[in-house]
Amino acid sequence: NAFGGVLCAFTLILIGVLAFSIRLFSVIKYESVIHEFDPYFNFRVTQFLSKNGIYEFWNWFDDRTWYPLGRVIGGTVYPGLTLTAGSIWWFVNALNIPLSVETVCVFTAPIFSAIASWATYLLTKEAKGTGAGLMAAAILAMVPSYISRSVAGSYDNEAVAIFALVFTFYLYVKTLNTGSLFYATLNALSYFYMVCSWGGYTFIINLIPMHVLLCIVTGRYSSRLYIAYAPLVILGTLLAALVPVVGFNAVLTSEHFASFLVFIILHVVAFVYYIKGLLTPRLFKMAMTLVITVGLAVCFAVVAILVALVASSPTKGWSGRSLSLLDPTYASKYIPIIASVSEHQPPTWPSYFMDINVLAFLVPAGIISCFLPLSDASSFMVLYLVTAVYFSGVMVRLMLVLAPAACILSGIALSSAFDVLTRSMKFQLSKLFDDGPAISGNGSPNGSSASTVNTSSSKNEKTEKSEAAPKEKQSKKNRRKDKEVTESVSVKPKKEKRLSVLPLEASIVSTLLLIALGGFYVVHCVWAAAEAYSAPSIVLTSRSREGLHVFDDFREAYAWLSHNTDVDDKVASWWDYGYQTTAMANRTVIVDNNTWNNTHIATVGTAMSSPEKAAWEIFDSLDVKYVLVVFGGLVGYPSDDINKFLWMVRIGGGEFPHIKEPDYLRDGQYRVDAQATPTMLNCLMYKLCYYRFVETDGKGFDRVRGYEIGKKHFKLTHFEEVFTTHHWMVRIYKLKPQKNRIRGKLKKLKSSSKTSSTLAAGRKKNPWQ
Amino acid sequence: AGGGGPRSDPHRAGFTHCLSSKRSEGARFVRMPKADGDAKLLIQSLNKAYAATPTNLKIIDLYVFFAMVTALVQVGYMGVVGSFPFNSFLSGVLSCIGTAVLAVCLRIQVNKDNKEFKDLPPERAFADFVLCNLVLHLVIMNFLG
Repeated sequence: NAFGGVLCAFTLILIGVLAFSIRLFSVIKYESVIHEFDPYFNFRVTQFLSKNGIYEFWNWFDDRTWYPLGRVIGGTVYPGLTLTAGSIWWFVNALNIPLSVETVCVFTAPIFSAIASWATYLLTKEAKGTGAGLMAAAILAMVPSYISRSVAGSYDNEAVAIFALVFTFYLYVKTLNTGSLFYATLNALSYFYMVCSWGGYTFIINLIPMHVLLCIVTGRYSSRLYIAYAPLVILGTLLAALVPVVGFNAVLTSEHFASFLVFIILHVVAFVYYIKGLLTPRLFKMAMTLVITVGLAVCFAVVAILVALVASSPTKGWSGRSLSLLDPTYASKYIPIIASVSEHQPPTWPSYFMDINVLAFLVPAGIISCFLPLSDASSFMVLYLVTAVYFSGVMVRLMLVLAPAACILSGIALSSAFDVLTRSMKFQLSKLFDDGPAISGNGSPNGSSASTVNTSSSKNEKTEKSEAAPKEKQSKKNRRKDKEVTESVSVKPKKEKRLSVLPLEASIVSTLLLIALGGFYVVHCVWAAAEAYSAPSIVLTSRSREGLHVFDDFREAYAWLSHNTDVDDKVASWWDYGYQTTAMANRTVIVDNNTWNNTHIATVGTAMSSPEKAAWEIFDSLDVKYVLVVFGGLVGYPSDDINKFLWMVRIGGGEFPHIKEPDYLRDGQYRVDAQATPTMLNCLMYKLCYYRFVETDGKGFDRVRGYEIGKKHFKLTHFEEVFTTHHWMVRIYKLKPQKNRIRGKLKKLKSSSKTSSTLAAGRKKNPWQ
Repeated sequence: AGGGGPRSDPHRAGFTHCLSSKRSEGARFVRMPKADGDAKLLIQSLNKAYAATPTNLKIIDLYVFFAMVTALVQVGYMGVVGSFPFNSFLSGVLSCIGTAVLAVCLRIQVNKDNKEFKDLPPERAFADFVLCNLVLHLVIMNFLG
């Protein structure tokens, strides 16, 4: 047994190394740089924390974003990730290992994915045993869905949140299995870490009550269930209320009501069981009838009051994001910002195969394996998987929550399959070598069961001496347990049912096929990690005949901004680039990726959709000096601002009704060529993107849209171009200052146009004029 | 479990009794004293059964009762005075309910009738109880404001 323990520990270390190294492709292929958009904000916050200490961080009011509103960082950020990375940085520097904050931030995610796979091992071990645990851990180390959000450089909340999620579930299942209050305390503390890390903690606080309810309804109530759930609710709610970003939402929002409801139901059920234990059955029946008649009326009254309270609030107490999870069409109807984020779209079928690959087949087998036999822990796994599948179908970002569930169930399935196959192989092989010449008519059940007894005892000796294959070793513990059980049970026909044995050829071929399946999975995971998910998206590459071509335009633009503008200059761009601008260019921005103020974003969207003069006035009212746009037409970069422009129109039009989406579409089609509408050809975004574009090839051929642009030769009246990057991907413009003198003719024209505009009937008032 | 025959008969009799009382009004006067007698019998048997529980469990039950009464008093006070500051109210009420829940968990683990916990020494159960209370009150003191 000691040998098994050492082997297990060694395998876990190898799994950790695997999880860490498979995420290093981006560092090898590109450089050690922070990816995407959100990680830049987290990086900036971590820099601030490491420079100024925790009290400054807790009370930080950031005036470099959302100008002129600012943002209370301490109260609106989930501090788990930054505090974790900050403590690692502080600890490592205290040991005099001089790692920079950036290095720690880049490598936080791979380290925590190694720890997450160990947590998966623990969780699966609680449900099904060591073999399944090791399998699930190995699968989670490589699953592409998790790699995509935790690659080296992806410094985002999910990097530590998935570890916290799996570890909380492990402690919950451990408490459920052992009934120890110590583990219940640890469970609450781990839940606190999860609340600190990610907004997805609401998944935990709704899944665990669902599981408790399921246990109660299926008659599996036990006192261990009470110990597992009741302290978690109280302690967990308190700890969740401690985190400033959650605060009183922990008791006031509908996301938490399920936990309180199940808390009450659990107490009622516990009380009923207690009374049942006290009274005789006859008296108990009498008590039930009395209580039900009285209690039902009270219950209805309370529920009616609660429903009226919740229904009186317009969103029924749920936040916008949670509502869009429950009703997938909600966001597109009411909150265009949530609907516009690409991560919030429903996934396509191929993305399931891309992200969890082979696990999509193994998961149903795992579900069946969980039912033989059904325990509290395995019912929890099945429930976790079913809810995760539903939510992953609503938002592609939540495929990440499905990944651990799929890995655990696949690990269980593969482990049980290998269990049966290797057992069959061993049995058949030993039958071939030992009992082949002795027993002739082996068809009778009695004869074969007797041989099962003999061979199982001889097998025991053999396994202790023989060199078994590594895969067999992993399930050796389980098989030894099986054999002990079978030897203690003396009923022979029953033994035949317990130990199902397959023919030798079938088991050998199946084992080889399963190993090949695992091989395909590994190949796909490594490919996905290397090719699909390692792009830092701030540096782009393309292969041409001359070799690898690198597009570093974003960092070029931010560096230009940080070197050539004043520290207090305000930069306006679409909200996608806000975090990167504040982190890398160190300039104040108007809107950023936090998207907490829809009106402010709509203001910027309106400015981008308006003609030059109106846009200049909007930007001037916001003290903006520079405007930044992203343009991919020269090199074929598809995620540029022209492709995002319709969202700007929609969001702007949602707040300012004079922006109407049909004005920008020709026959319902979005075009920027000669067929485009005049509103489209005159709006600021078109002008800023395509200014002097015709000088590049003489025809103005847009490589992304695939046609020549509509308006080719025009001048800018209120903006001047100050910088365009090497591949024209980022273009920066400066607002021209107002003229000192307005000449006489222009003055008369201005006053006459003003009076005519007030007299014009039926025109929508532009609030900016 | 238990025998099917003698147990189901009074239940069926009571059920038909309910049905018949719905149809005829005169039978209602006969039904009420029977229900009263039922309730009295119930309460008596409850008292008798509860008196048989060991003293240490009764002490824990008393502690739970005290915690719940304190919570109710706090809720009543909040109703009179208003809920500002909300975090203090929340921490006060949740500390009472929390320690009551933990005491119930302790009672479950210490109860000799519980087969699941028969090899858990009561000292360990009490140590877990103290630890969990420590964490709870640490959080409460932080949240009290």
